Amino acid sequence: MSDTPETDPAPDAAEPAPEAPEATEPAPEAPEAAESEPEAPEPERTPDPVRDPLMAKITGDLGDAVLGQEVVKGDMWLRVANPAWRRTIQYLKDHGFDYFCFLSGIDWLPSQESVTRYEQVYTDDAPADPPARESGITGGDSRFQVFVRLYDVDRKVGITVKADLDDDEQPTVESVVAVFRGAEWHEREAWEMFGFEFTGHPGLRHLYLPKEFEGFPLRKDFPLLARAVKPWPGLVDKEPVPGEGEDEEEEAAATT
Amino acid sequence: MNEVAALNYGIETAIKMGVILAVIPVGAMVLGYVFLFKMMAHMQSRLGPMEAGPHGVLQVIAEGVKFLQKEDLMPDGADRWIFKMAPVVAIASTFLIYAVIPAGPDLVISNLDVGIFYALAVSSLSVLGILMAGWASANKYSLLGALRAAGQLIAYELPLVLAVVGVVIQAETMSLSGIVEAQAHGSIFGFSGIGNPFVLTQGVGFLIFLVAAQAELTQAPFDMPVAESELVSGYMTEYSGFRFLLFFGIAEPATAFGLAAIAATLFLGGWYVPGIGDGLTANIVGPAVLGAKIMLVAFLIFWFRFTYPRLREDQLQTFAWKWLIPISLVNITVTAILKVAL
Amino acid sequence: MSANTITEHQQQAYIAGQAADARIRFELETEGMTLNIGPQHPATHGTLRIVVRLDGEQVVWADPIPGYMHRGYEKLCEVRKYQQVTTLVNRIDWLGSFCNEVPFILAAEQLYEVEAPPRAQWIRTILFELGRIANVTLFLGDMGVQLGAITPVFYAFRDREYVLNLIESATGGRFHPNYDRVGGLKDDLPKGWVDECKQAMQGIRDFCDEMETLLLGNEIFATRCRGIGVIPRQIALDYGLSGANARASGIDWDLRRDADSPLAWKHADWKVWTHPDGDSFARYWVRLQETREATKIVEQLLDSLPAGPVMAKMPARLRVPKGEAWISTENPLGEMGYYVVSDGGPSGPFRCKIRTPSFNNISIAPWLLKGVYVPDVITILASLYFILGDIDR
Repeated sequence: MSDTPETDPAPDAAEPAPEAPEATEPAPEAPEAAESEPEAPEPERTPDPVRDPLMAKITGDLGDAVLGQEVVKGDMWLRVANPAWRRTIQYLKDHGFDYFCFLSGIDWLPSQESVTRYEQVYTDDAPADPPARESGITGGDSRFQVFVRLYDVDRKVGITVKADLDDDEQPTVESVVAVFRGAEWHEREAWEMFGFEFTGHPGLRHLYLPKEFEGFPLRKDFPLLARAVKPWPGLVDKEPVPGEGEDEEEEAAATT
Repeated sequence: MNEVAALNYGIETAIKMGVILAVIPVGAMVLGYVFLFKMMAHMQSRLGPMEAGPHGVLQVIAEGVKFLQKEDLMPDGADRWIFKMAPVVAIASTFLIYAVIPAGPDLVISNLDVGIFYALAVSSLSVLGILMAGWASANKYSLLGALRAAGQLIAYELPLVLAVVGVVIQAETMSLSGIVEAQAHGSIFGFSGIGNPFVLTQGVGFLIFLVAAQAELTQAPFDMPVAESELVSGYMTEYSGFRFLLFFGIAEPATAFGLAAIAATLFLGGWYVPGIGDGLTANIVGPAVLGAKIMLVAFLIFWFRFTYPRLREDQLQTFAWKWLIPISLVNITVTAILKVAL
Repeated sequence: MSANTITEHQQQAYIAGQAADARIRFELETEGMTLNIGPQHPATHGTLRIVVRLDGEQVVWADPIPGYMHRGYEKLCEVRKYQQVTTLVNRIDWLGSFCNEVPFILAAEQLYEVEAPPRAQWIRTILFELGRIANVTLFLGDMGVQLGAITPVFYAFRDREYVLNLIESATGGRFHPNYDRVGGLKDDLPKGWVDECKQAMQGIRDFCDEMETLLLGNEIFATRCRGIGVIPRQIALDYGLSGANARASGIDWDLRRDADSPLAWKHADWKVWTHPDGDSFARYWVRLQETREATKIVEQLLDSLPAGPVMAKMPARLRVPKGEAWISTENPLGEMGYYVVSDGGPSGPFRCKIRTPSFNNISIAPWLLKGVYVPDVITILASLYFILGDIDR
């Protein structure tokens, strides 16, 4: 009897992230928390013959480290605890997922942008009720998440692995460069864009941006200057069509 | 009597110098236009220059003018005199080749007995010019590029010379006019209808000569010293304006013209076609015939250039030392044996 | 020749070269020459700067410095609606630009929970393959130019004009079509397009045959490319090399076949080409075969093109439900994917991670260029085939 495949409601239905204590609870308890909520009738989830057993094995082997997992939309998602990040990646590589697709981060802070995107420009005063921070598939409780995508080219399956970065000021996680060489550039980019500290990385330095750049651009509180200067639709240059503008009239007036 | 002779000699020399000075730029321009602009363009499925003059015939002149009006730069640490003299040396060696090429039975600037020997010796002077350019540029990359170019040119001098040795053995003379005569009146295994154009009996030598000439001109597939300017700058980098034109626009096509002329003379029979005779007709038609053969050889050279990618420097050297030289040595041996035996 | 043998040979050659060069190094002071390749450089497809430190003729270390074209796409996507993102995203891989829109639109459709009608999926696939052809034909000619063969690239440009004309007549733009919409396509195909397309495919096949004799069959090309820049299978997987680079190292991985995609690839009969060697020659060879294969796919899909609408019925105002979607496709340069996160907000991605193939393909350069001769650096970079917009986003 398999207990780990979580019965998953319609993938995009708004479901609040599991409560904070889940960070220390192993995955099998999460389905109970979800199922206990009175929800609209959930559509049937077709079992995935390849991914379900695979996910079962992974969560079984990793045990405590797994904080959330889902097999949805024909794909696998896994969330692990921060200290177990590198161990998990190494485990997956040893078990066939040896193709490193990419590594990146998500900033779950709901920015002014996402709430008031097309209504107003950046303002200094925060709204009275800042919107609740939501995290996506497999949940999560910190503002920053790092995630990695790996593939198993022989079994033709992929997996997305996430981890919460607990400290909002200095989000830290172990570097996986020792596991996948290709992660070096990706971690550099994640550091540059989000400010993640990867312990054990051979040298975190700027990849795209110049050395003197201050700030971490992809963080939600880093303003997009163009939008701050002028609201949507931004700087629009409107030139009068020749023959139709006021200039014609002015010229006519000048010559008389 | 002496004064008259001296005056005649003076006038003759002046005429000859005038001819060379006229032929070389014209030859370079014709080659440049026909092959570098038009043939290359048509082979690449495009038209080439069409604006300057009908079908772009004046484009070469426009290019010359363009280079003339560019700023004349010289790097700070450059050795001034050597920097200025380098292109002159390179061009000088080209000019000197033309002195021995016969365009007709009497149309030769200087009918040396050791014509071909002289021509080959003088053509290798261009290496000096390149080394001077690389050294005087005060640029590490130029120096490396020049050294590479020098290495390549020296390596390919040998097959060039060895290919010619076979011709000399067959013609029994080193004078270029003599070689033309030998081809005109010789016979292949007794059959003398078309004379003995050495392209038939020295076919291997002809091919080796062409390949070595390609390398001497630093053209693809042997243009690593020049195309190195993708990556490291070649020996010509610090040159601009007219000096660059001397290197790139005049020396290159003019040397191509000269080497093609030598190839045409050595292997294709020079100014001779059967039926042309020895007299005035030959002197008038000869240059045209030679011109046509030069265009043919140049066609082969440039066609080769546009088609092939370039060899890496070490592959280039391997090709010269391990392939061309042994083959040409074998060619000489076989020629000598057959010459004595038959 | 197995990949391992060649790597050993390279290592031995490096050591021998070291010993032989010691004297020259002393006399000419060539040790530790630092060379800047780029950012403006004819050999790189755009503004990529690679700093190499040379030891005589060989590279000791190499450090690519991207970012000269960084436009901040991921941040820009966050302030645009889904429909507006396609204009941005066209410009990532600008040679096969329709291909950039497709994975994003598919991810958006997954989030919107709409499905495009079959005709739209077919046409998307056809245009996707046309984008691949447009992109890779340029590579086939351009690799010649990097090596010194100046003629094939003109044939490449000439023959790809037909494909670009087709793309233009269908979408309105040769280079930046902006044709894909969430739920389908902007327009249907014009009349007569199918026949013209088939003719163009035949022309591309003729071009591939020409390149096969002109470049692949050329001894000098083979000498310059065989054994140069060998990437063993495990290294390729470690770095996430994708597309033809991976398949040339023997990895049998093609997202058109291996990922479950709503596009129409499974409705055509085609083959995935791999090569065991992993050198520059293999990468060129694989791309040539793939171009031919793409023409066959296009022809088969044109024959089986279903009738119907090209746009699904979508409500006018739509709030995208919360969720995350990851879609990746086999783009001409490799695997391109979008990780789109929606927060249920007013119709724009909350986070859009763009996984571009050239980023991974170039990240292997420091490893790959060690011990390589200077002229071979150009060969290797040309064979890896990156596009700056793809690296830098």
